[in-house]
Amino acid sequence: MALLEIDNLTVQFPTRRKTFTAVKNAHLTVEAGQIHGLVGESGAGKSTIGAAVMGLLDPPGRITGGVIRFRGEEISGLDAAAMADLRGKKISMIFQDPLTSLNPLFTVGQQLVETIKAHLGLSEAEAEARAIDLIERVGIPNPKERVNQYPHQFSGGMRQRVVIALALCSEPDVIIADEPTTALDVSIQAQILDLIKGLARERQVGVILITHDMGVIADTTDVVTVMYMGEVVETGPTAQVLGKPDHPYTKSLIAAVPRPTLKLRRFPLISYGGRVTGFAIEDLARNWPKPEAERGAPLIEVEGITKRFVSKRALLPSRREYFTAVDAARFTINQGEVFGLVGESGSGKSTIARMIAGLYAVDGGTVRYGGRDVTATARGVPDWYRREIQMIFQDPYSSLNPRMRVDEIVAEPARHHGLLKGAALQARVSELLDRVGLGAEAGLKYPHEFSGGQRQRISIARALATQPRFLICDEPTSALDVSIQAQILNILKDLQEHLNLTMLFISHDLPVVRQMCDRVGVMKDGKLVEVAETEALFAAPQHPYTRELLSLMPRLDGLSDEGLAVA
Amino acid sequence: MFSYILRRIAQSVLVLFVVGLVAFAMFRFVGDPVETMLGQERTVEDIERLRENLGLNDPFFVQYANFLLRAAQGDLGISYRQGRPVAEIIAERLPATLELAAVSGAFALILGIVLGIFTAIRRNGFAANAIMTLSLIGVSLPTFLIGILLIYLFAVELSWLPSFGRGEVVQLGGWSTGFLTQSGLVALILPAITLGLYQMTLIMRLVRSEMLEVMRQDYIRFARARGLSQRAIHFRHALKNTLVPVITVTGLQLGSIIAFAIITETVFQWPGVGLLFINAIQFVDIPVMAAYLMLISVMFVGINLAVDLLYVAIDPRLRS
Repeated sequence: MALLEIDNLTVQFPTRRKTFTAVKNAHLTVEAGQIHGLVGESGAGKSTIGAAVMGLLDPPGRITGGVIRFRGEEISGLDAAAMADLRGKKISMIFQDPLTSLNPLFTVGQQLVETIKAHLGLSEAEAEARAIDLIERVGIPNPKERVNQYPHQFSGGMRQRVVIALALCSEPDVIIADEPTTALDVSIQAQILDLIKGLARERQVGVILITHDMGVIADTTDVVTVMYMGEVVETGPTAQVLGKPDHPYTKSLIAAVPRPTLKLRRFPLISYGGRVTGFAIEDLARNWPKPEAERGAPLIEVEGITKRFVSKRALLPSRREYFTAVDAARFTINQGEVFGLVGESGSGKSTIARMIAGLYAVDGGTVRYGGRDVTATARGVPDWYRREIQMIFQDPYSSLNPRMRVDEIVAEPARHHGLLKGAALQARVSELLDRVGLGAEAGLKYPHEFSGGQRQRISIARALATQPRFLICDEPTSALDVSIQAQILNILKDLQEHLNLTMLFISHDLPVVRQMCDRVGVMKDGKLVEVAETEALFAAPQHPYTRELLSLMPRLDGLSDEGLAVA
Repeated sequence: MFSYILRRIAQSVLVLFVVGLVAFAMFRFVGDPVETMLGQERTVEDIERLRENLGLNDPFFVQYANFLLRAAQGDLGISYRQGRPVAEIIAERLPATLELAAVSGAFALILGIVLGIFTAIRRNGFAANAIMTLSLIGVSLPTFLIGILLIYLFAVELSWLPSFGRGEVVQLGGWSTGFLTQSGLVALILPAITLGLYQMTLIMRLVRSEMLEVMRQDYIRFARARGLSQRAIHFRHALKNTLVPVITVTGLQLGSIIAFAIITETVFQWPGVGLLFINAIQFVDIPVMAAYLMLISVMFVGINLAVDLLYVAIDPRLRS
């Protein structure tokens, strides 16, 4: 008998106008000790399945068909009280973001003890002892001290360990992990996945691992189920599904995954379901100004820039403590090249970008652009330079003003710099929206009417409005699905090729960096530890930290090569 | 942490200096006190002597410094109308206002939080919707009208409660309290409701919207997924997170309960400092007006300081 069995499950969200079917006739079985991957793009219904099992569907969502069985007994029809007894006791859940999963106002120990007492009926002292034991078991050092600390005193990875400890309070049989490592750095991701693997192997816990990351699926799971638009399209042993995908959607999904091992000219697009919208960057090239410098000449020269932030405030300057976010970084970016910056969160990648863009004042060192000094002071950078550089940010949701219409958003930089007005400005906006594949009529809508990928196209159109020569892309695709990521990265590649743009490309995703960048700088704790040609860096990393980063990269060896066009 | 408190205190002192300046400026710019104090038969020498005695010939900032120095020692000058020290008059009147403010503040806070939680948890229930609709009336009716309606209903028509005054009071040291007699307690009911109703509805609506916001957070979902009871989720996890913004607004509201007791005190002829202030305005009794202004600002600043410290007590993230 299967530990957890989802049979023909349908989940619907009835609204006044129409009923939205989030999950349709889904089948899924989890055995004890097995890690079952659930993969698909956002909106595919993966998380809804998890919530349905937990009885935590957000209203008005409800199960309208099928059964969920736990150890052979039906649990999908249970009332709230019976479900609460199962929840956290037999079936636990781990959420994506360890930053928001823990209540910030209670200590880790208080939250553990509360949960333990709710399920096991232990005394306060026994529960405390168990809490310390759990913290130790998930690999947090000094459990006796850390139990009395608040969530904000833990790093992201340690917090996710606390979340796992909370999920383990009553020794559950099933754990549903909903994107447990998406918010974490690669090295931490590897540790957390090892922890989950250990639970399955040693304690025979059945795990449903929900993720959009093929690397995680390939490295961690035994069985995988692929979902598309609420339906299960394929299920089977992981090696088989990834290596010999059967369904066309699975094939195109796997083809869109950036490979760490080979460099492609363009990313294959997901063709299933007719979702590809074209773009025509080359048409922009006709009236794009020719670059002043020739290809290969230094465009941006960064000489030992440093940024310090106050980490402990004090009345007396001598008592203040500083955190050096960027420590004397030195590199050049040549005309027409894509320069990558990689490193874990907090390593100072974004801080460098912000200093170059003039958003942060530089505390030491200089930045030159085409030979002219553009070092950011407290008053920012010169206006002519602002026009030359533009930024594309990570989060397409918060980087567009929700109260502005899209054409106003795209027109704003050109209008601000007084480059164009009236009909000429309108024409530029329409052309840009058209070329990034949205169509000129998109200008009349507001940002909330677009999906994440479309919003990122709006950001790109906005960045191009002043006809810049230098683009700073700060994690431009890390909030996007893999198919959307492929489209956006292809647009950026086109920009570089046809408009001869120079780019600073910041990412924590090494396979993406390999596809995108000509040269790469590796950052660790504010220091630039290595700068090299991309292929050389991946083939023969010099610095030990680079080697460590590369070793943590998912191999993806077993992935089908169908549909790839190698450069 | 220490520098945080120090900074807050420094800011508070600065605010007090500025309010002191405004209060002091009233003496200088709202008529000439010498004119008021001396009768018709005065000589130029009389005027000059009084000016010298009162220190009115000193430079403006020396006078201001003296004013502050005396105020800090509890010497707020002498009332023009009653001829008694202002500090003494206020000390007589203050207990009435503070007791009224305390009762209506407690009423607003307790009922506001309880109803706020109730309307948030039973979001679509009939009772919650009815309370929300009624609360709109509470917010939109002006205080004096509520007072008059309550007097009409409970004092005139039903004769259950007194319509004015404090009832019998008991002297405890220098403090006259209405808490110890039955008539004193009964007399508190109507004014306290009148004064606290607006704050109560405001706190209730705030608690409700904050609570709904908090209930959408991931840590609440995670608490559910861990199988914690509804009670633990609502009253432990959600409520404590709701309190941080609620404290800010409540602090300011408590300040305004004291400051704006004027209207309620007028309607109910409550012998507090608000009524004193209204009378002082009528008779251009500048020392009393200035002292009232200073008193209110001290209270506001004190409450704000307490709010800032409460934040730190509730939210561990501010402690590091």
